Amino acid sequence: MSRIRKTFASLKRAGRGGFIPFITAGDPDLTTTELLLIELAAAGADVIELGVPFSDPVADGETIQRASERALRKGVTLPHALTCVARARQRIDVPIVLFSYFNPLLQFGEERLAIEARQAGIDGVLVTDLIPEEAHSWTKTLLQHELDPIFLVAPTTSDQRLAEIARQARGFIYAVSRAGVTGAQDEMPRDAEVLVKRVRAVSDLPVAVGFGVSTAEQVREVWRFADAVVVGSAIVREIERLSGNPDLIDQVGHFTRSLIAPKQICPATLR
Amino acid sequence: MQKERVIAETGAGQHGVATATVCALFGLKCVIYMGAEDVRRQGLNVFRMQLLGAEVRTVNAGTRTLKDAINEAMRDWVTNVHHTYYLLGSALGPHPYPLMVREFQSVIGREAREHILSVSGRMPRALIACVGGGSNAIGLFHPFIADAQVRLIGVEAGGRGDSSGEHAARFHTGATSGGGRIGVLQGTMSYVLQDPGGQIARTHSISAGLDYSAIGPEHAFLHDTGRAEYIRSTDVEALEGFELCAKLEGIIPALETSHAILPAVRVARELPADDAIIVNLSGRGDKDVQLVADLQRR
Ligand SMILES: Cc1ncc(COP(=O)(O)O)c(C=O)c1O
Repeated sequence: MSRIRKTFASLKRAGRGGFIPFITAGDPDLTTTELLLIELAAAGADVIELGVPFSDPVADGETIQRASERALRKGVTLPHALTCVARARQRIDVPIVLFSYFNPLLQFGEERLAIEARQAGIDGVLVTDLIPEEAHSWTKTLLQHELDPIFLVAPTTSDQRLAEIARQARGFIYAVSRAGVTGAQDEMPRDAEVLVKRVRAVSDLPVAVGFGVSTAEQVREVWRFADAVVVGSAIVREIERLSGNPDLIDQVGHFTRSLIAPKQICPATLR
Repeated sequence: MQKERVIAETGAGQHGVATATVCALFGLKCVIYMGAEDVRRQGLNVFRMQLLGAEVRTVNAGTRTLKDAINEAMRDWVTNVHHTYYLLGSALGPHPYPLMVREFQSVIGREAREHILSVSGRMPRALIACVGGGSNAIGLFHPFIADAQVRLIGVEAGGRGDSSGEHAARFHTGATSGGGRIGVLQGTMSYVLQDPGGQIARTHSISAGLDYSAIGPEHAFLHDTGRAEYIRSTDVEALEGFELCAKLEGIIPALETSHAILPAVRVARELPADDAIIVNLSGRGDKDVQLVADLQRR
């Protein structure tokens, strides 16, 4: 059983909603990222998503675009992200999902990436700009190396494509809360709940909801109908705000705890 | 389609002006994304778009050129897809854009074919067009692809040098050329100028419309099958072509278009005088006159 599946199984047993923070590798530098992975795990992350910096992050809003730019300015790319995970892996057991655009993976080599990601202790890979119709050989490669292929679905995803994603996905399915790019929002749209229902109709996998979630209230709102919540931009914004501050790690940990606590019973996992 | 808002990206501003024109005519809200560098060098077209009632949004991200304008347009599109149509301006981006744009631009090739047969009674020996994203070239080439005797020649931007960041020649191969490799950008697999790690490279061209790090996927196919040839003209050659076309033909071509002029002269030189070739004059050069005048003064 994959580490991601085990995690969701135990969340379900405990009747808790999962919390999935996102950070960008190399933002503001690699050492900090390694320490942040460890701190996020300590703060109660159930899965961590680690973004691979890319020059043209079309699915991202300004906050994560800037994180990518900061990391690229430090020269951080895919191999560094892998090394960073390998180091943190000696200290933490929480599942880690690599979150990347396709081109850096393609240039690295799909098979090589799968091998090295697995060795580094990565559990799943999410590719933002690879559609399921084109993903078959990629999915197969990941599965051969015991990595979970994680897919995004959006409110605009057709039923036909949802079914195709359900066939290929493992670990969990990431439901994008609304039409749009990443970025903190004030309100959770109704779209997300409807989408989660549509996913459940075609898949037994746990569903995580993300894009735009930035407050503890929104986190609890998502736990009402989904198995886990992803928080990206809100955490990345904290990292940006605390740039150069010696307390960055502690404060990001503190902020993350404030989003999770009180860790409530998640009605969605009691189905 | 029930969409009340149209967005587009533009490099040289030509597609932005065309989009703004259509939106003005039909009373649609229009937003055009344009890189800051292109806003600077294509000021006339920015003014034209604004006259036509469009909102021009300057993009300061990345290389501040066409690629970044496309990124921004895509972000807008996925956010506002319920009421917005993205009118993509070249034969690139995710399927079915390359197909749709080729289909609409093929009117160039269909009419050119009819016209040349009616005036000269025979097929042209070669077709020559500049290639940014690839729409004017694929529009001309497409109706001739089955005519194997017709050479198809695409001209990329050779810029001001061979090293990475100095040109926009995706098919430029060679160890130090920073030439393109197969990659995925903006929803398309094609030749992409990039670094070894897959980060998209900077580009340079004197013309905003050819200053783009990827190329429409159908050109990659025509390149790999050998059906079309791709060459490049430098900034300096484009300027020479600009002046030559103005003096010889009485037509001031766009700087993009100007890349195709010297190659056309070279091809023509090797042919008998009664043979014909077609050069695609993809756009007029009013927008570039100021820029060329400034360059000449220096
Ligand atoms: C006059 C002109 N020709 C050519 C191009 C290049 O685009 P494409 O390769 O899509 O024809 C542009 C782009 O802006 C242009 O303005």
